[in-house]
Amino acid sequence: MTLPLFSLGNDPGPSFVELLRRTRAGGSQTGAGDHYEPANAREDRLAGISGGVMPPVAHGTTIVALRFETGVVIAGDRRATEGNMIAHRSIEKVFPADRHSAVAIAGAAGTAIEMVRLFQTQLEHYEKVEGTRLSLEGKANQLGQMVSANLPMAMQGLVVIPLFAGYDLRLKTGRIFTYDVTGGRFEETDFHATGSGGRDAKNTVKLGYRDRLGRDEAVELAVAALYEAADEDTATGGPDPIRGIYPVVATVDADGYSRLEDAQVAEHFRHVLERRRLRGEGGASS
Amino acid sequence: MTMPYYVAPEQVMKDRAEYAQKGIARGRALVGTTYDRGVLIVAENPSSTLHKISEIYDRVAFAGVGRYNEFDQLRVAGVRHADTKGYAYSREDVDARSLANVYAQYLGQVFTHEMKPLEVEILVAELDPVGGAHQLFHIAYDGTVADEQRFTVLGGEADAIAQRMTARFRQAWALREAMVACVASLSGPARVLHADDLEVAVLEHGPWRRAFRRIEGKEVAELLVDGEPAPVPATQAPEVAEPAETEATNEPTVD
Repeated sequence: MTLPLFSLGNDPGPSFVELLRRTRAGGSQTGAGDHYEPANAREDRLAGISGGVMPPVAHGTTIVALRFETGVVIAGDRRATEGNMIAHRSIEKVFPADRHSAVAIAGAAGTAIEMVRLFQTQLEHYEKVEGTRLSLEGKANQLGQMVSANLPMAMQGLVVIPLFAGYDLRLKTGRIFTYDVTGGRFEETDFHATGSGGRDAKNTVKLGYRDRLGRDEAVELAVAALYEAADEDTATGGPDPIRGIYPVVATVDADGYSRLEDAQVAEHFRHVLERRRLRGEGGASS
Repeated sequence: MTMPYYVAPEQVMKDRAEYAQKGIARGRALVGTTYDRGVLIVAENPSSTLHKISEIYDRVAFAGVGRYNEFDQLRVAGVRHADTKGYAYSREDVDARSLANVYAQYLGQVFTHEMKPLEVEILVAELDPVGGAHQLFHIAYDGTVADEQRFTVLGGEADAIAQRMTARFRQAWALREAMVACVASLSGPARVLHADDLEVAVLEHGPWRRAFRRIEGKEVAELLVDGEPAPVPATQAPEVAEPAETEATNEPTVD
């Protein structure tokens, strides 16, 4: 590898995606281009594929985010499915995007995880090259552009729908952004859930939500939402005390991203189940 | 047709080296040193926005002296190199040694092949993830690389500053002591540097993946609070000092 230097007119600026494009096109001679494939190049390749049967692809499932008084909670279950089979029991769908934001993914797991990796690198790259951080809104727009760039893949069935949440250091509040398959970006006021179990999760949050929730209450509500989603949706995994696998629950506030310990999440599940049991049936058995 | 003048290659190299050295000597110096929890870099830099010290990657930092636009271009190229590599392979595969080599190749190439050499000296520092074997790679304008594990000085008056540092250096010293020594070495006996004149950053072990941290404003002043940096008294025999250093501390210090 030699130093990636560019002529003035060809400089990729602070964008890592542009940098990958340039280095691959031979704008510099990093030689790294032989070893990785930028997402957009892979799209071009896949967009040319038609006909045949799509091989099974692992899918991720329920993710939920909600605001509390001083930040946001973001949580996701751990199951990935291929059709009616469980492909993985312990994949992670919630990631820190940078210190003050988090991204969670639903959809084709492989594509989604790759998108997250690119997004994380992009945010850090911008910060280092420019010497300042992107605004939360700027980060949300960046992610929108990545979802939009994924549209050809989505048309092949590899849909990725991220959920972006973070703490806005300027407005001093947590914010949640959702996307559609075209990269359209929408800001949610208080909470949102996506994925196959998203509807059940969202309804649960809706019933329990109020303004100015405390951090612990918000975490418990998110955990309850995941429990309900797993209860109704086969593609969403519930808590698994035998293997010690629990959903990933993280909060983002002024102090930054912080993931809860499994033991803490287990404790919250215990509360939720206890309440369920005291209420009687544990829900209708329909 | 006029004949081009013949200039001996030795003369060409000498002229270029002189030119680069002059350019670098005009700028202010910086010192990088290892301390008990990582790597400390202190630069004399009155600007709080145009940085001489920056983050390259999780455990790698960059510092440059000389012409700002030239070393800043190298800094950005370093960030690009590291991020591309970390994305293509893995985060732990990014290291300072390979980056230092890439810088050295480029600086060497420019020095021999271009009209004008780069008027910069750069430092690539790496935090050892487990032990205390941190690395400081000092790369000169002509592409010469030196690796240090104690301290290194870049910029004008480097020799005098390095002498002052040698007199004070202790293996695995604490941040405060290292900082006071760096500032005293930079300023020399004739003047006093204040917090506002300094740019300070560390690579240190902490809860975050990214080890780079700027020390700014109040914190700099607080670290310097005991010093009006005084010379290490030779009488107060430092019990932890390495034998190699005691010899140095016994020499009369310049300040």
